[in-house]
Amino acid sequence: MPASALAELLKTYESELLEEWIGAQRAAGLRSDLIDLDTVVSNSRELLKLLAVAAEQGIDDLGARHWEPVRGMLERLSRAQSRQGFSPSETATFVFSLKEPLFAKIQQHCGAASLNEIWNATRLLDRLGLYSMEHFMAGRETVIREQQESMLELSTPVVELWKGVLAVPLIGSLDSNRTQVVMEALLQKIVETESEIAIIDITGVPTVDTMVAQHLLKTVTAAKLMGAKCIISGIRPQIAATIVHLGVELGDVITKSSLADAFVVALRELDVRLVSRPVLR
Amino acid sequence: MVERIPILKMGNFLLLSIQVDMHDQLALDLQEDLTAQIVKHRSRGVLIDISALEIVDSFIGRMLSHIAQVSRILDAKVIVVGMQPAVAITLVELGLSLEGIATALNVEKGMRRLEKMVDDDMILEPESGEARDISVEAGD
Repeated sequence: MPASALAELLKTYESELLEEWIGAQRAAGLRSDLIDLDTVVSNSRELLKLLAVAAEQGIDDLGARHWEPVRGMLERLSRAQSRQGFSPSETATFVFSLKEPLFAKIQQHCGAASLNEIWNATRLLDRLGLYSMEHFMAGRETVIREQQESMLELSTPVVELWKGVLAVPLIGSLDSNRTQVVMEALLQKIVETESEIAIIDITGVPTVDTMVAQHLLKTVTAAKLMGAKCIISGIRPQIAATIVHLGVELGDVITKSSLADAFVVALRELDVRLVSRPVLR
Repeated sequence: MVERIPILKMGNFLLLSIQVDMHDQLALDLQEDLTAQIVKHRSRGVLIDISALEIVDSFIGRMLSHIAQVSRILDAKVIVVGMQPAVAITLVELGLSLEGIATALNVEKGMRRLEKMVDDDMILEPESGEARDISVEAGD
């Protein structure tokens, strides 16, 4: 049985393999700024032990139950390393550097069958390496997704300008996801503050396409259904041209060139008048 | 048990608050009752409070439009108040923008708006006739 031969080797020469493996990892370059030698040694020792146990029951199917501990450990390690800032090749090297000492051992002890054994071992290690890479990338993607989410929250504040007047200063490019968040936040705030007027300021939006225009219109219509009036302000010349060019009907939506103008309209709507105080001499 | 949505008369207006999940039969009954009441009390305005309504479908949306149209023919203004954000989004996604229906944030604002709408209507009536000439003369 080829599988048990590999398992046998792993078990018998565990300490030797470990020593040589650590040596290989150090030769490949250890990130001593991110991880200390003790951790590397203990990680390596644990993985070797798990490998030996798992290899005993066959090495053909990594998805099998008995490989679960090994998979779990690689998953954990790779995710942690992706968060700590290791490069992909540094993560992969951890598994691949085991090849050198393992192949040497196989050559010493298996004689005529060694080529076959080396093939088995390399296949196993390659798959383990790929597995850890997959989870390294998954770790990265999780980080990216988290950042996207926090950006989404940061970038959609609804502010109250006056009693009964809300403003949403939109900054950055709009996509349907973000517009949805803005829409919900705005409508929720309208209910909370009982505001009759909402100003959507798009000064900071670089481009508007049909989708975005459509979403804006939907927001305006939804607000109208709830009994609030929407004003869109800060439409730039190019954007105005684009909207007309695309043939988007803005209907009876009030548009103003700046937030200040929109605010004046809002105040007039509320029957509020701003008067400058006469200077006393 | 026959469920009905109560319609309250308040001066010139009718008030109704939808506080249960609307199913189709209930909506149809409501339309019928409402039109009957408008005629009976010669109401000038109808205020529909849907702040407790959390689920809508296209049927309910259409029903609201329908009520508004029928009321307009019967010379009563309709105002829908207190629509929840989720409901508003759903209606917009369904493509129902409830054209021609006035809306307000809550019952208080809705009532004020309704009074204003009805008042405007009253003032407008004699504008083209003699009443205007008289006022111009009076002004002179």
